[in-house]
Amino acid sequence: MTVASYIFGVASAVLTLVVVIEMLRRRRLRERHAVWWLVAGTLALIIGVFPPVLVWAASLVGVAVPLNLVFFVSVAVLFLVCIQHSAELTSLEAKTRTLAETTALQDLRIQALEKALAESAPKGRR
Amino acid sequence: MTPSLNSTLIVMPALNEEESVRGVVEEVLATLPGIAVLVVDDGSTDATSAEALAGGALVAKLPFNLGVGGAMRVGFRYALDHGFDNVVQVDSDGQHDPASVRALVAGLEHADLVIGARFAGEGDYIVRGPRRWAMVVLSKFLSVTAHTTLTDTTSGFKASGPRAVRLFAVHYPAEYLGDTIESLVIAARAKCVIQQIPVSMRARAGGRPSHNPLKAAAYLGRASMALLFALVRPPVPLHEGTPVA
Repeated sequence: MTVASYIFGVASAVLTLVVVIEMLRRRRLRERHAVWWLVAGTLALIIGVFPPVLVWAASLVGVAVPLNLVFFVSVAVLFLVCIQHSAELTSLEAKTRTLAETTALQDLRIQALEKALAESAPKGRR
Repeated sequence: MTPSLNSTLIVMPALNEEESVRGVVEEVLATLPGIAVLVVDDGSTDATSAEALAGGALVAKLPFNLGVGGAMRVGFRYALDHGFDNVVQVDSDGQHDPASVRALVAGLEHADLVIGARFAGEGDYIVRGPRRWAMVVLSKFLSVTAHTTLTDTTSGFKASGPRAVRLFAVHYPAEYLGDTIESLVIAARAKCVIQQIPVSMRARAGGRPSHNPLKAAAYLGRASMALLFALVRPPVPLHEGTPVA
């Protein structure tokens, strides 16, 4: 490993963490959505700073080529984030549906109220 | 207590039906004088709402398309809020004969959900080929779930009694085929009594049902998925007495 690639690895991980934390700080990202990105960024930083950790972890779980462990964990994290988004989408759709139904029902009430008002005071409005 | 038409709400989901909805509403009101009709405009882009109002119906307009399930839940919620005991779903394309509404509502005396079935001996509605087979397979499975013989599970012509209205006001699914297959499963697992009675169906105003085998296969696949997931979901209990919504 060259010094350049070492610096590149650490810088990438730091950049990821800075972006996520900054978005959290500005409230453009909620904590519940940021958890996976924080975990991924922290792992990348640990491995970037101490590359032997990756070799040790790979031998621990029996992965012959340590780089494959990186790919596996990356895909797993992306997969979990996707599932989380699908679940969030489902719950948002259910909420939108309920809201749409409620506006339709409230429209009906407003119509009925306006009609009753117009009938009770036919000359009241100019 | 005999179920009464006075406490029955007709709910008509309508999507871009400006040509037929007014005639259907007028026919329902002529056949069943004094009955309350709620047309739920499911995000139509044409004059469906205006036509339904002109026909003498109440109109609830959804801001965007939710599908039959979403439109029907508006009807169930409205019924619950305004003290209607029963809800009868009638299609806005004139496929359902309003004269059969009396028979459906009368059936609610001994059942919570009464389905107007097309293949139960009356009328001349015929579907052939793979689509028919798909419907038969579905009916067999659903008959077992509902503890009764059902032959036309995809019929939209249904009457719901007070218990079913309370259940559906909260748990009416909006997914594809949810308004037919999954709603039956939800009702059956909430211990609602389901019954079917024969009704005659008219030909649809706009075109015949598709007989394309590929489409029929896709239909069977999606219907099986809907049925499978409906069966493996946890059942929703129906609380007696107090309204759940």
